[in-house]
Order: sequence, then structure tokens, then C-alpha cells
Amino acid sequence: MLTNEEQKEIAIELGKYQQKSAAGLEALKVVQKHRGWISDESLNDVAQMVGLTDNELDSVATSYNHIFRKPVGRHVIYLCDSVTCWIKGYENILEHLTGKLGISPGQTTADNRFTLLVSSCLGVCEKAPAMIIDNDLYVNLDCSKIDDILSKYT
Amino acid sequence: MEKPLTRNFAVAPLSLAEYEKRGGYEGLRKALKMPPKELQRLVIEANLLGRGGAGFPAGKKWSFVSMDKDSHPKFMAVNADEMEPGSFKDRVLMEGDANLVVEGAIISSYAVEADVAYMFIRWGYNLSVERVEKAIAQAYEKNYLGKNIMGSGYSLEMYIHTSAGRYMCGEEASLINALEGKRALPRAKPPYSVACGLWGRPTVVNNVETVANIPHIIVNGPEWFRKLSLTAEGGTKIYGMSGKVKRPGFWELPMGTTIGEVLQEHAGGMSDGLKFCGLLPGGASTSFLTEEHLNVKMDFASMAKTGSGLGTGTMTVLDDKTCPVGMLNNLESFFARSSCGWCTPCREGLPWVANILESMEKGTGKPGDIELLEEHTFLLGSGHTFCALAPCAMNPLRSALKYFRNDFERHITEHRCPWK
Repeated sequence: MLTNEEQKEIAIELGKYQQKSAAGLEALKVVQKHRGWISDESLNDVAQMVGLTDNELDSVATSYNHIFRKPVGRHVIYLCDSVTCWIKGYENILEHLTGKLGISPGQTTADNRFTLLVSSCLGVCEKAPAMIIDNDLYVNLDCSKIDDILSKYT
Repeated sequence: MEKPLTRNFAVAPLSLAEYEKRGGYEGLRKALKMPPKELQRLVIEANLLGRGGAGFPAGKKWSFVSMDKDSHPKFMAVNADEMEPGSFKDRVLMEGDANLVVEGAIISSYAVEADVAYMFIRWGYNLSVERVEKAIAQAYEKNYLGKNIMGSGYSLEMYIHTSAGRYMCGEEASLINALEGKRALPRAKPPYSVACGLWGRPTVVNNVETVANIPHIIVNGPEWFRKLSLTAEGGTKIYGMSGKVKRPGFWELPMGTTIGEVLQEHAGGMSDGLKFCGLLPGGASTSFLTEEHLNVKMDFASMAKTGSGLGTGTMTVLDDKTCPVGMLNNLESFFARSSCGWCTPCREGLPWVANILESMEKGTGKPGDIELLEEHTFLLGSGHTFCALAPCAMNPLRSALKYFRNDFERHITEHRCPWK
């Protein structure tokens, strides 16, 4: 069941488009904002609300990088692995992160605190290497900064 | 030197009132007194070429839109899906002067009499979204948006769409599919979006930097705009540079500034102890250029002559301590995972290319691999795929095989990456 708040927010998205189905992706983002990920049940609820079959909506959901069809940790780390960050040594940062967290990209820590993902270019190349945690951007990274940054997220 | 795009950056972010004090929304006031066709003519005369990378004349694109009474509803989509690796110019514009971007989008919408405008902003640009959202809300308060804008009879609604993240969304037709809530797949052309776009209606897709130029063209005229440039292509350009240079960053400079000037004078040259080997001039899908090209003027026409392209004008520099094969491996892996899978050459070919490059980096490259890569630059080239993703992915590879061939050979003969 979608909550009243979710339904209200989805209704705003529906008002922006000529067809209900166009808001499907936006509606998924609304639900993910509240629940962290999209379960089969939420997918079905959203599909009904925007007039798509669950298969149609799932085909959309799975083609975008930032709709999660599996549970993720409380915080999601997106480390940029694109060209400038590669030149500036993102691989050292990744090694530090995997060592510190004990997980590989795509995995979640046992205490459910962090999911570690690599991401395509974050568009802040002049300040590479860069990463985003949840909605916060971190730039000009080096390994010495990582532990402090992680400690902000509980 | 005039810098119309970034002149408010030092004091940014401006409130709408401050923006107006500095001449903001004069362009819209002036524009609304002209017929849309006149605006189109001015922008054609200004020779503003589309800043998304393709360089299509912006005014001409507008002129393809039907202005018949029964052509409504029509749509404008501002393409801020800046996901081309190495590019960040649209971000700095939205963060630095969101009011200018919104004013430009409103005037552009009026020029084609669009009824609804979408700001299509990529995932991860949270500050851009925040500032553009505020600029739109304030524009509504002053009736620069909404019904009967300033009594002109023209009405426009503007919404932000934040992408759920997919490189393909930056391509015009895929962006339209994404806005319709579908998978971001390209569409067969023709019909073109200007005739049959969002929900089958006429739709113009313009880049952020393109629309940001519009208010100044309207206020100051096409002749003034053309004079900003060093070449025949009008205006200034936001150039950027990243990689191991002394001062990575972005600079608004006259269109046609040379690569060497940006590298030496603005980016401060290479970082200490490093030599310049080459660069991607405008994102991951442009071809490498080398030292021999440092005097090339960075406009669309001059860059095309080098066999590369201006692209986004944000450059990624390769230094002598960075392995060109490793860089290619990074680029092609990106393209392989960005393929939508629609057509076979792209879906199958790109992972193959990436695998070969990966094996070269690991020291398990084989004789014949270079020829195999070369074959792929043909097989995945123009005309063999449904959209431009794979052909563009072959640009850095083809040029790297030309300029850095010896480095590829060394990976195979030495059974290792000589940079590791």
C-alpha cells in the first residue's frame, strides 16, 4: 500500500505530464525516497496508479541506474569511476573504501550501514576524484579524507 | 572581454531581484514584444550553434517547428542531462546563474510557442536542481512563467524532471522517451522531434548553454553576439579542462580560442613533472588530439577539420605518466555498460572491445588484438548502428590507435602495462 504522503507526492508528478504513464518513473522515485528501494509490492502499487502493467513498469525501473530493485544500506556511496577520476586515481580511493568497509562494489555492509557503488561521471571533473554519499557531494578526494567523511553517516 | 554567460558568477547565486537589477529578464520583456518568427531570425543571424555538442544552428532548429494554430500543444525540453564523461559546463551554468538558464528557456519556448517546458536535469546535480527550482518558483511569482506572461497573451508552464540516471538520456530522442516515462531508447529518425516528439507533438530539445545565450542575443543583437567570437561561429563558449593540469576548471572565452591557450594560460599548463600527451577535446566520445593540434581554434568547424570535434568543449588531458591503453579501457568500459542493448553491434561489440583492452592492461593481450580493435572501429562505426553511441565510442579508440599505436604494441610485446 502506498502511504497518503506518497500518493500526494505522486499526484503532483502526475500533474506535470500529458499521460499518466509518464509519471511512472517519477512515482518510483517518490517511493524510493521514502523506503530506500522498490519492492515487487511497491512496483505493483505504482503500476496500478499510473496505468501500466507491473512488467511494463519493471522494464522501465530496471533500465535506470538509480532505481533500486533490491534493498540497499542506510547510506549509498557512489564513487565516480569515469575518465578524469580514473586519471586522478579513483582506484586508490576504491581500494581504501573496500578495505575499510569490507565489501566490494555492489555489496552492502553486514550492519546495513553502507552500500558501495561505482558510478559513471558525476560531472565535477575539475575537482576529481569525486563521490556522492546519499545526496552529498565530496570532491578533491584523497584516502586521508575518507574515514572522516564516512564517520558522518551512522 | 565580455562574458555574458558567467558575468553573474562572482556574486552568485543571485535572487531574482538582484538578477533583475543586473539586467535580468530584459531579454524576455523585449522578446515578448516581437513575433516568434522574428526571434528565430535573430538567433539564426547570430549564428548560435547548439552547445550540446552537435553544433546545429539553434535558430534553424526552431524554424522547423510548425507555427500553425493547430500545432499545439508543443514542448520545449532543456537538455541538462550532462552525463558525457569529462563534461561539467552545464552544471556550472545552472549552479552559477540559474536565473539566466530559466530566462533563456522561457524565451526559447516563446520562440517556438511551446506550451510546456521541461528542464531535464541529470541524476546527481542536486545543487543545480535546487537553484533551478528556486529560479522557476520566483519566475512564476513575477509572472515570467504561467498564464498570460506579463500580459503578452503567451502562457508557459515549466517543470523540472530529474533523471533516474542513464547516459542514453542525453540523446534527443532518448530524452523524450525518458520524459514519457519509458526506457531511454533512441527512436528511428525521421520523423524528427521538432515535428513528432513528446507524445507525438512538436518538441524542441536545446542544451543548457544554448538557451543561456539567448537572453543576451535578444538584448544586444546578433551583430554584438557574432563579434564576441574569434571565428564565424557566434558567441562565447564555456571551455573546461580536467586531468593532471595545474588549474583544472572552466573559463568563458571567445568561441574559437585555441586549445593551447586554454591549456597554457587558463589551466596553467601541465602539473609539475608531467608532459602533455594528448586530450579529448569535448568529452569521452570525441577523438584524441595531440601536440600538433594545440593551435587549432576550438569552434565546431575548425575542430571538425582535425577529425575530432568540439563536443562539449570540456577537455580531458592525458599526461605522460598515464597509460593511454588504460584510459581507453576506462572509456570503452563506460560505453559498454551504457549501451541500451537495442542493436547488436553496440551491445556485443563494445564489451568485446573493452575486454581486449582489459586483457592488454593485464598483460595477456595477443598479437592480432590491435587489428581486431581496428576492425571494431569499422564494424561499430557510422551507419552500422541504431544511434550514435557506438560510433561515438569508436572515436577515442580510432584516434588512440593512430596517435598511441606504439603504446598498444608495447602492451602486447612486453606482456604487461609499461605504466604499472
